[in-house]
Amino acid sequence: MKPFISRLLGVGSILLFIPLWELIVRVSGLPKFILPSPADVALRFVKALADGSLWIHTGQTLTEILLGLFFGASFATILGYFLAKSYLLESILAPYLVASQAIPIVAVAPLLALWLGPGSASKVLICSLIVFFPILVNTIVGVRAVPAALYDLLRALHATRWQILFKLEIPAALPVLLGGLRVGATLSVIGAIVGELVDAKQGLGFLLKLGDFQYDTSMVFVAVLMLAALALSLYGLVTLLEKKFLKWMK
Amino acid sequence: MICASFLPRSVNLMLPPILTVQNLNVTFAAGAKQLCALENISFALRAREFICFLGPSGSGKTTLLRVLAGLQKPTAGAAQFQLAQTPKIGMVFQQANLMPWRTVLENIKLPLELEGVSDANAKLKAQELIELVGLRGFENSLPRDLSGGMAQRVGLARALIHNPDLLLLDEPFASLDALTRERMWGELSMIWQAKQKTVVMVTHSIHEALFLADRVLVLTQRPGKIKLDLPVNLPRPRADDVRYTHQFGEMAKKLRAAIE
Repeated sequence: MKPFISRLLGVGSILLFIPLWELIVRVSGLPKFILPSPADVALRFVKALADGSLWIHTGQTLTEILLGLFFGASFATILGYFLAKSYLLESILAPYLVASQAIPIVAVAPLLALWLGPGSASKVLICSLIVFFPILVNTIVGVRAVPAALYDLLRALHATRWQILFKLEIPAALPVLLGGLRVGATLSVIGAIVGELVDAKQGLGFLLKLGDFQYDTSMVFVAVLMLAALALSLYGLVTLLEKKFLKWMK
Repeated sequence: MICASFLPRSVNLMLPPILTVQNLNVTFAAGAKQLCALENISFALRAREFICFLGPSGSGKTTLLRVLAGLQKPTAGAAQFQLAQTPKIGMVFQQANLMPWRTVLENIKLPLELEGVSDANAKLKAQELIELVGLRGFENSLPRDLSGGMAQRVGLARALIHNPDLLLLDEPFASLDALTRERMWGELSMIWQAKQKTVVMVTHSIHEALFLADRVLVLTQRPGKIKLDLPVNLPRPRADDVRYTHQFGEMAKKLRAAIE
């Protein structure tokens, strides 16, 4: 199929969804606080935008996501690199890493909120923890997959440790590293929301809970759609990075 | 420049050796057992000499190259270079071993990058080598778009760009089809004469060894020992039909007998 036609079909199926939604609301006759119509949601969206509250809450959540992603991904990449290089370190740390994965992060979120308070720190931490493991695993896999013959080439040319890192290991492992970041980016949105649902005064998770308590279901929809938009943007950003740095893979 | 290679070999023999290998032993631990890959290897290599190690698989050929490249420490004995500076090594591998994310030009200039040569100069030099190996027009191609022969030419250009003291060739043509391989012999022979490089090549092809080398050393199967050191006194430059001469046939017979 030609890419143009495939894109047209994609846009068409989304456009078809809105009248279908409207139709369901009308036929079922459900009250607005159970299932708002697209128009209700759009109206609520404009209102939240106009009074500035949507910006504040989205900004809050986005900050938590980006900080969490940054800390989680940095730490995971650095630790992953050393684990990939040292089987000794891996044997020592493996039990902790596996155990940490056995604990659902969502379940410890209340604890972290209790210890770190209702501010953004606990959300950033939950975010970091949730993106940590997939990025760690991908880093290990990516660095270990660097061809041994290319190491030989660089060593025979008397390359320094840093030259090996920047001219061989990073570019060779980059496809797998970005794959990990792609998974991490979507997970980080979940992390921030979990944190905010537990205890927060601000953010899209807070907005979600507020809408729920006040039977303002349109606002819940607005918050969910914003979250989806955030996750898609992050995903798109990683795809953009891949397009820029992985041209050679096509 | 090419004239030097037409001089009698005795001139070459008067040059002092640039590399002496003495009683080299390499042993690997294989579980509880010791695996002896190379045993008592001794030879000397003169500047601009092209020597070939010939042997079956498992004769430690690649191990020997790795020792010369400084990638493998010998268990006993030593390989010593008689050079003022640390030896510069150019290496060509069995598979072209290119970086898939770099273009032809970027792959070729890698050794100069590592030496800290300015990018403009490195590109200029790389372009020169691209001409030498006949890849003009492919500067910006990626390795995945190259045929096996072209990839191996890139590998050769990369091994030559930093003007190495020693060129190590690890069965560089083993993965090519027969016709491409024979064409590459001719090209390598030409490049070697033009560039005046000192070469150590390992191969399991008798014809390849005789066509290219000044000296062929036969390695035995595990542990690898030098069984025969045969000077190849065929005139240079060697044309394709040198392989059908009586002299070539006689030497091939000797080598074949030594391998078995």
